[in-house]
Amino acid sequence: MTASQIIFLLVAIVTLGSALMVVASRNLVHAALWLVSTLFGVAIIYALLNAGFLAVVQVVVYIGAIATLFIFAVMLTRRDQLEGGVQLNSGWWLGALIAVLTFGGLFGMFQSWSGFSKTATDIPSGFDAVGQLGSALTSPVGFVLPFEVASVLLLAALVGAVYIAFNRK
Amino acid sequence: MNFWNDPLKIAADWLVSILTGWGMPAVAAGVLVAFLGTLLFISLLMVLDIFLVWLERKVVARFQDRLGPNRVGPFGLIQPFADIIKLMIKEDTTPAGADRVVYNIAPMLSMMSVLILWAIVPLAPVIFGVDLNVGLLYIVAAGAISTLSIIMAGWSSNNKFATIGAFRQVAVMVSFEIPMVAMLLIPTIFARTMGMNGIVQAQNIWYVILSPLGALIFLIAAIAELGRAPFDMAEGESELVSGYNIEYSGMKFGMFYAGELLHALTFGGFLAILFFGGYRFFGLEKVSPFLAVIILLGKALIGYWVIMWVKYTMMRIRIDHMLAFNWKFLTPLSFVLLMVTALMNALLRETSGWLYPISMFLSNVLVAWIALEIARSHSRRERAKVTGVKAVEVAPH
Repeated sequence: MTASQIIFLLVAIVTLGSALMVVASRNLVHAALWLVSTLFGVAIIYALLNAGFLAVVQVVVYIGAIATLFIFAVMLTRRDQLEGGVQLNSGWWLGALIAVLTFGGLFGMFQSWSGFSKTATDIPSGFDAVGQLGSALTSPVGFVLPFEVASVLLLAALVGAVYIAFNRK
Repeated sequence: MNFWNDPLKIAADWLVSILTGWGMPAVAAGVLVAFLGTLLFISLLMVLDIFLVWLERKVVARFQDRLGPNRVGPFGLIQPFADIIKLMIKEDTTPAGADRVVYNIAPMLSMMSVLILWAIVPLAPVIFGVDLNVGLLYIVAAGAISTLSIIMAGWSSNNKFATIGAFRQVAVMVSFEIPMVAMLLIPTIFARTMGMNGIVQAQNIWYVILSPLGALIFLIAAIAELGRAPFDMAEGESELVSGYNIEYSGMKFGMFYAGELLHALTFGGFLAILFFGGYRFFGLEKVSPFLAVIILLGKALIGYWVIMWVKYTMMRIRIDHMLAFNWKFLTPLSFVLLMVTALMNALLRETSGWLYPISMFLSNVLVAWIALEIARSHSRRERAKVTGVKAVEVAPH
């Protein structure tokens, strides 16, 4: 086993363990903090895959914005609502079944894919991954249309939020 | 290549050769040496941090027409060690109803979020932790972790003041992150890279000359990110007692305090790297990497001094004024400045000589002037409203 495989296994165990704690934790703020740990683990996996840009964006967007807002919202709830209650409802076996089936289906699909068992080739030194991503996102032959559609969608959400919060006098 | 030209690599190679000579596999030796290097660097930063406490107290004393620490050792230099001993032997209290684990992790995260920033700081052309090609985004990511530590401290303390402080800090960080990210893009446009070393190497003209307004907005956003006066809403001694760290005692409080000081120095360093040429100073950095480190630290300390100057001169701004200032003034201004800079850069990139810097500088001045005019006319209208009300309220003689 190589060093990167050992690191990957450790990170994967921590990520999955914290993901389990997100749904198993009885305290909402703890669940949100476990979610932060999960998202951080995913960022480390991106970094292991030589996708430094995605790793940093993962931390900025998911931990810096989304998880912070989660915790912010949860902190506004009353403390006596945090503990107690039943964690499973009667449909738990259905959820478990769907999860197992999804995992099995994806695993089976990847088995038939030739890239599944290959080791990744080393990226040549001096390869500008961020520059390539940037030009792909802004070039007409690349992904400029989906990129712009996504920005218009976010702008619409922003305008909607301002409209709802706007105080008409 | 000798030790004085590339000290880090020579020292690392020497250590690895010794360790492999003892029969250690090359990979393990490399990992061990990298770990030792990080440990040494962090230790040096913490020692520097001890003297920052002294520096901060000395400078604030000067601003307030006092002498500052001057009893223990020459110029009171041993005072911070006395402070540390005091912090360590203090009782370590945990408030009743506190969330023990989260409460104890928060100060560690706070210190860590500052220390990880130094991984990307280029101290000299050859002395840096790692030259990330997304270095600027890394700063924002580390800021996210520092926000998280403040929320955790505020929530887990089981204290109203601490929670209010954490709420305020989140509002401030989420808002001021936007102008900060926009201003981080301005050196990116000039240098055409997000790597810190590349930005320093590209600064044949300091970027503060190309974009003085950008440097100013970055400084404002950085002070808000640091949570220092006039933006210290999260602490607010006079209203929240001490805000998010109110329940912490002893060395746990010390972690927050030391983290804040080191954070301020770090952002002084980033200001120097992004807008004031980093370790470059009239070619002196080419003489020796050690000289380059001294130049960068000197510039960082000047930036730190400016941040202290602002802190001890300005009064605290009310939170609604502060958010309004950000959303209604700073954010639009930084977006306009970013667009103008990008446009000017696209138009004038091919030109040589002084046309590029001069037109960049003038466009900055123009944007700043228009923004100030708009703000002035707005404040005139606001003031007219207030005086209109007051004319009615004048008491009869």
